[in-house]
Amino acid sequence: MTTTEAAVTVAPAKDTPQVRRRRRLSPGRRLPAARLAGPVLLLALWAAASAAGQLDPAAIPAPWTVVRTGAHLWTDGTLPTDILTSLQRAATGFVIGLVAGVVLALASGLSRTGEALIDGTVNLNRAIPTLGLIPLFILWLGIGETFKVAIIAIVVYIPIYLNTHAALSGIDHRFVELAEVQGLSRFAFVRQIVVPGALPGFFVGLRLGVTGSWLGLVVLEQINATSGLGYMMFQAQNYGQSDVILVGLVVYGVFGLVSDSAVRLVERRVLSWRRTLSS
Amino acid sequence: MATHTEQLTRVAVQLRGLTRSFDGRTVLDGIDLDIPAGQFVALLGHSGSGKSTLLRAVAGLDHEVVGSGRLTAPERVSVVFQDSRLLPWRRVLDNVLLGTDGEDRGREALAEVGLQGRERAWPNELSGGEAQRAALARSLVREPELLLADEPFGALDALTRIKMHALLRELWKRHQPSVLLVTHDVDEAIVLADRVLVLEQGRIGLDLTIDRPHPRSYRDPLLGEYRERLLAALGVTEDHA
Repeated sequence: MTTTEAAVTVAPAKDTPQVRRRRRLSPGRRLPAARLAGPVLLLALWAAASAAGQLDPAAIPAPWTVVRTGAHLWTDGTLPTDILTSLQRAATGFVIGLVAGVVLALASGLSRTGEALIDGTVNLNRAIPTLGLIPLFILWLGIGETFKVAIIAIVVYIPIYLNTHAALSGIDHRFVELAEVQGLSRFAFVRQIVVPGALPGFFVGLRLGVTGSWLGLVVLEQINATSGLGYMMFQAQNYGQSDVILVGLVVYGVFGLVSDSAVRLVERRVLSWRRTLSS
Repeated sequence: MATHTEQLTRVAVQLRGLTRSFDGRTVLDGIDLDIPAGQFVALLGHSGSGKSTLLRAVAGLDHEVVGSGRLTAPERVSVVFQDSRLLPWRRVLDNVLLGTDGEDRGREALAEVGLQGRERAWPNELSGGEAQRAALARSLVREPELLLADEPFGALDALTRIKMHALLRELWKRHQPSVLLVTHDVDEAIVLADRVLVLEQGRIGLDLTIDRPHPRSYRDPLLGEYRERLLAALGVTEDHA
């Protein structure tokens, strides 16, 4: 009995082809710790090549040499001082640029007069490569800290302004209508609809600004500086110390990564309403 | 109509010679209309007949539209749009309370539309029907004297729409606002409204009072007569053959 039943159920499979699963075209499930895999592999290759004696130690020192040099620079106190100087410059410039970018974006996004005065000016400013302003700024502000902070602030404020302003002017018209229907005051409208609606754009600008502040710092410190990480690397170039240069690059990289992750963490907290979309 | 006579004496909305035009094209052509307080009115018309223009005029949302005429409306007006228009960055309860305060009132309104327990949800997490319920709750919180609805169920599936019809009718019975419901769905107008207006070329072509008890069924044969008159006014002839 059971055999006949089995024969009956199997029978149609002979004439009608069995459904085969289609070939998947999406890349599939994400590998664990995927973002780290590439860098770790690169590090392993570097270490292996150094150990095998395939790399010229003067050009690319072994990873452990870099670590040892870093530890040495740290303990004799020069590295912490340089890091602190660089951090101070980046942070001061960043904060000034952040405030300027947000204030200008609000002024230009919320009033037609502000837009007429500000938007064109900022876009003109954007057209001039900021690093091209260095000679002029040195003449105006001297070669001290002020000019470095000013350049970093300019590098930071532009992406923050552009993205925040775009988000402000892109607020859905339907929400403006809703605010009118619900009888919101102008202040309540800005606080409850404009600002939250512009936050996603602001965070895009913020991340670009953070990266920009490090970029500006590197250039400034390698051109005109007597202290800071860039200066340390510039000196090392003169003395042929490639390990010191690599220490500097690692520190820059770590700071860039940490600051970007910090912004992303804040973004995820503040824009938690968006998480429901991506997850 | 007779059953409501005693409460229909006060006029909620009054239009006198209301004219609106876009780029020289007249959309509303001198409309005169009285809506008594507490009346449920549906406004039918082809797309482009000016029904949304009329609603937006009553809502005071036509900022840059050329027009003339006299228009009076109550102070507390709520609008329900075709899309729920919930702010995605505010939780449902905060959306309901947009522009007002009184958390308890907001919770009550959500319970009335059957969304109790969803106060803390994000609008993204709601289905289309739930989002439109939340929009109804938002309009109720303000205790409107006039509820304007611009094809509020147009984007919902047929099953949800039937449930929403019952809900809207129930809410109207409880709160007694005047209602002006813009729709292109003849059946929706007949089932819900006590008076149906047909807008034709910028003028009210037909003003029909539907004197049938609620809840109404789509299968009520008497409603079929109203249906045919409305379709005729809209220039549609039904061919059952």
